[in-house]
Amino acid sequence: MKGTLKQILLLTDGCSNKGENPAQTAELAYEQGITVNVIGILDDEHTEDAEGLQEVEDIARAGGGVSQLVYKQTLVQTVQTVTKQAMTQTLQGFVNKELQQILGEKQTLEDLDPEKRGEIMEVVEDMGETCDLEVLVLVDTSASMYDKLLTVKEALIDLSISLNSRIGRNRFCIFSFPGKRKDIDRVFDWSPKLDSVSTVFPKLSSGGITPTGPAIREAMYQFGKKSLLRSFRDEDESNVEETGY
Amino acid sequence: MKMNQTWKRQDIDIRPGMRIKGKWHDKHYIVKRKLGEGAVGTVYLCESNGRPVALKISDQGASMTVEVNVLQSLKKVQGNLLGPSLLDVDDWVSASGAKYAFYVMEYLQGESITSFIKRHGDEWIGVLMLQLLDGLEQLHHSGWIFGDLKIDNLLVITNPPSIRWVDVGGTTRKGRAIKEYTEFYDRGYWGMGTRRAEPSYDLFSFVMVFLHVYYPRRFDKGTDPEKTLVQKINAVRVLTPYREPLKRAIRGKYQSSVEMKQDITDILRKQQRQIRTRTSRKAKKASHAPFLIESGGIVMMATLYYLFSLLL
Ligand SMILES: Nc1ncnc2c1ncn2[C@@H]1O[C@H](COP(=O)(O)OP(=O)(O)OP(=O)(O)O)[C@@H](O)[C@H]1O
Repeated sequence: MKGTLKQILLLTDGCSNKGENPAQTAELAYEQGITVNVIGILDDEHTEDAEGLQEVEDIARAGGGVSQLVYKQTLVQTVQTVTKQAMTQTLQGFVNKELQQILGEKQTLEDLDPEKRGEIMEVVEDMGETCDLEVLVLVDTSASMYDKLLTVKEALIDLSISLNSRIGRNRFCIFSFPGKRKDIDRVFDWSPKLDSVSTVFPKLSSGGITPTGPAIREAMYQFGKKSLLRSFRDEDESNVEETGY
Repeated sequence: MKMNQTWKRQDIDIRPGMRIKGKWHDKHYIVKRKLGEGAVGTVYLCESNGRPVALKISDQGASMTVEVNVLQSLKKVQGNLLGPSLLDVDDWVSASGAKYAFYVMEYLQGESITSFIKRHGDEWIGVLMLQLLDGLEQLHHSGWIFGDLKIDNLLVITNPPSIRWVDVGGTTRKGRAIKEYTEFYDRGYWGMGTRRAEPSYDLFSFVMVFLHVYYPRRFDKGTDPEKTLVQKINAVRVLTPYREPLKRAIRGKYQSSVEMKQDITDILRKQQRQIRTRTSRKAKKASHAPFLIESGGIVMMATLYYLFSLLL
């Protein structure tokens, strides 16, 4: 599977309150081959089972991704662990499916002896290191997020350091929701690095509603093949075929 | 699919006296006590055929397999690396039917660098540095970068004192992205470079290890991280002789551990020469001689011991 992993990374601190059910939309995205990961940012007075944050887990489960609740202080390290964990999880799922084709139903990695398991994990690791990755970051900018945006920015720059240390190529883009007129607003267009996000973050404004479901739906469309093909071409002509389009 | 692995890890109910029997290889281990716990699993001191061993067990099979792969390929490397050797890899099914992956390694009995230095004196710093650089050199030479180098992952075993490392969770093939790291020790966090696995990545963490010994509560980045690091290096008296190589390593100026080791060896040699001339001069005057001879003696012994260990 020399291809591109596609992920939506949703950063939020609360529950959706407008539009369709976000977990259902996440499931839709997953069916399109896009994994949805969710990081719920807790306020200092919150506990890990704060009400309303159950949604965080539900969305990720439906979206085939990873979820985690964190306090602002540990956001930076969490963003990159969640992203990497989700990559491994997706690749492992893929390998498990292949295994079942070879070995028959209900055979998973765990059923193999440690030696074979080792060989297979080696392959999973190779894929994780070399595959191309597209991450669409979806930032909740409702009013309560205001004091967290600076940390979000730091975490995203850090994520780009981590992922760009891999052999495979990366593209990132950032959308915020709720948008001014639409469900989401583009903050930062597809680009291989995030170090220049510093300039866009101060401009984010905060609104009152949290239309998480519609936001995920819109985000899903941003992975459209055409625009992607174009941006890959802009960057490097020769790489287009390799990515499988 | 399993989610939230890191914040909702299920506790494994393992108590002293219990017997863990492997599903594939049929070996069994008697649990003695818990040694420690990490992000991936828990490590227990166990007994196997009357011999102490360290057993790491976890419900995260995939991550365990990745660690085992590292240990296995290090096993093939020639020479004695600083990590524990791998003895067994297997699965365990608990009484309640839950499945766990485990691996067994050599038990390393030792203490942290910090407590070793406290008990034996600052004179040992140079020697520990050289030993660690030696180990890193071997590791790098075999195509691996340690990655998560930190005080918690280093042990000094006594008789004779030598530094060893545990936990290969961060150990990464050269040229790839570092698998696991700890912010304080990570050059990416300090804005001093990428997370690409290369010798200079470990050498940065190397410096942070020795800073952490003298700043047990760590310190913040500040507005200018590089300046903060330089100030912190300059402020530790014991590290004065090593300032230059430490700063070079922080800035990623060393391409290999060999280069850094050379600089530190030179410093230690020079230090010894100074001590020798100073003590002989002072000895004639006969003032404070006993004290000087004593502290000079320890450094000399430590260094001699180190040079000796190279010959073994
Ligand atoms: N071979 C060993 N001999 C003695 N003690 C060990 C050995 N391996 C591990 N330990 C002890 O167990 C602790 C936990 O080990 P582990 O490998 O989980 O590392 P960690 O650094 O705590 O975790 P992680 O990197 O996974 O977050 C170590 O800090 C160490 O004190």
